[in-house]
Amino acid sequence: MKFFEAVRLAFATIRVQKLKSFFTALGVCIGVMFLITVVSIVEGMGKYMENELVGKLIAINSFELRHRPSINIGDVSRETWLEYNRRPRILESDVEPVVAALPTDALWAMYSNGSIQVESSFGKPRSAQITAFDGQYLEIKKVGVTTGRSFSQVDISTGTSVVVIGPDLAKRLFPDLNAVDRQVKIGGRFYTVIGVGESLGSAFGMSFDNYVYAPFRSPVHRLLNPGAHQIDGMIVQVATAEALPDAQESVRGIMRARHQLRPAQKDNFVLETSDTALEFWNKIKSYLVLAGIALPAIGLVVGAIVIMNIMLVAVAERTHEIGIRKALGAKRRDILLQFMIEASTLSTFGAAMGIALGAIGAYAIRTMTPMPTYVAPWSIVVGVLIGAGVGIISGVYPASRASLLDPVAALRQE
Amino acid sequence: MTTTAERQAVLTAANTAPDKDWVIVTRGVCREYDMGGEIVRALRGVDLAIRRNEYVAIMGPSGSGKSTLMNTIGCLDTPNSGEYWLNGQKASEMKDDELARVRNKEIGFVFQTFNLLPRATALANVELPLVYAGVPSAERHARAKEALERVQLDKRMGHRPNELSGGQRQRVAIARALVNRPSILLADEPTGNLDSTTSEEIMRVFEELASQGQTVIMVTHEPDIAAHARRVIVLRDGVVASDDRRENFTTKLGL
Repeated sequence: MKFFEAVRLAFATIRVQKLKSFFTALGVCIGVMFLITVVSIVEGMGKYMENELVGKLIAINSFELRHRPSINIGDVSRETWLEYNRRPRILESDVEPVVAALPTDALWAMYSNGSIQVESSFGKPRSAQITAFDGQYLEIKKVGVTTGRSFSQVDISTGTSVVVIGPDLAKRLFPDLNAVDRQVKIGGRFYTVIGVGESLGSAFGMSFDNYVYAPFRSPVHRLLNPGAHQIDGMIVQVATAEALPDAQESVRGIMRARHQLRPAQKDNFVLETSDTALEFWNKIKSYLVLAGIALPAIGLVVGAIVIMNIMLVAVAERTHEIGIRKALGAKRRDILLQFMIEASTLSTFGAAMGIALGAIGAYAIRTMTPMPTYVAPWSIVVGVLIGAGVGIISGVYPASRASLLDPVAALRQE
Repeated sequence: MTTTAERQAVLTAANTAPDKDWVIVTRGVCREYDMGGEIVRALRGVDLAIRRNEYVAIMGPSGSGKSTLMNTIGCLDTPNSGEYWLNGQKASEMKDDELARVRNKEIGFVFQTFNLLPRATALANVELPLVYAGVPSAERHARAKEALERVQLDKRMGHRPNELSGGQRQRVAIARALVNRPSILLADEPTGNLDSTTSEEIMRVFEELASQGQTVIMVTHEPDIAAHARRVIVLRDGVVASDDRRENFTTKLGL
């Protein structure tokens, strides 16, 4: 018997028993539905991380020079941590030689940052992410100013006590007021708000709009750096992705020379790119995907048991039919194929329903909650494969029982 | 014409394939069953030789082993000992899948209870052996239709078994048995579930097939049904008790 015949037969049997088939397939349907939905949430967050978040946190075609990573992947051992702490800090004096080694069209900035309490006379004090910078930090990070103005060359070079604050912070510190030209107090000193910056959005309920930017040479930098002339890092943005490795290599060369490292010694600084951040995310994502697969897997196991049970009942119910088929020349393989395909068709049908419901679920989540979802094509393929796989696995035992029936005994049974 | 001497010669030539004229040869076929520790000896050395184109009835009281013999001849079962040659092939030593192939190609079954698939139409039922023979769909339809025409049921081929009368069902079963052009038509009490008028109708179909040269082997316990055959083999206690040819019957039919 040809494969196609077996599929046709399976469809005929399922068509005759619509309701029973539907309930049989329900287990797999629910399993696959959860799989598709959960994976769509994880994938959606992944897309969001890749396209939005990382682009905001770490600008495109850029890298940061720091004495230790800002993002740590997994557990950092005590030894590594101690080694990080022994590393020399990046100094203001490193900036000039590094900039000299960069291509002329590269943008650069040096910065220090930290979380510090900001006060105003109009609202409750609030902790904000303060970045003191010199260079084209706002251009690299693509932070524009919506009201007021941005820093002038004079602000940056002389270090005037002015700040640009994020929209969330503006709302908190100056409720229903225009923040521009009003004063905030940071570390006991007053700074004039010259502008309110653009919204950088939020991720997972965490706002990125709680920021303060200030000129590096303004008094605020003393709050951010423990030692004189130390900086947290530099950020460099080159024109194209192709120019990125070269720029990183020249900066690495300069820094190794300045730290007087011998060839055998490892770098005692890091050059972080957006890939580093993505690597971190991908690590989290792999766990999430694993959980997203493990939980629906329980549903699929239940689905497989249901299908196996139904198939065993079907074999018992159709013993006489199997006898007739065998008498008419059905080989073991034909009977095996018939029941396997029936089981696989049932579960693939369940998987198809699950995929449809999962996609609808993903859409519902996207429209009704702030969670971004994305139905990955691979999850659909996995869904179908799981459907067929569950069918095959749960069909093997009943089908082999059917195929091994003795034709004489099977015919005798009514 | 078959003579007893000739038949005797075929039966004693152990382990040699009989001449192709002999469609069925069994040599000392034994079949035992283990019924919960008790050994039931259903066949105790059956010697049979049936030529092509013969119309044979196998009779015997219940428990005489005729069902077991029919299952053995039909390749549904294999003997514990002895030889069974079907159409020149040694069926007694075949594996399951070979037996399935032989059942498909060489044997057309007609059962007492019809054994049609209830959810399939008459046409689909008749097509079934062709499905397992791997015949492509279009040819299958044509051949199944032709077989239904042979039993005058082509008008009802779209009907399911429960929409057909007993006689019609049995004719569908006969069409199904014939569709693969088998060497033997093997009927097990083909009229057992039919009234006497319908029985006669079915027996006329068998007679016609036999007259067209189809080998027919029929298991029955009804003497008037067996009377249609040209040779009657009677089993008793798992052995052949008598084997009578009815030359006069053949003459009557003008063969």
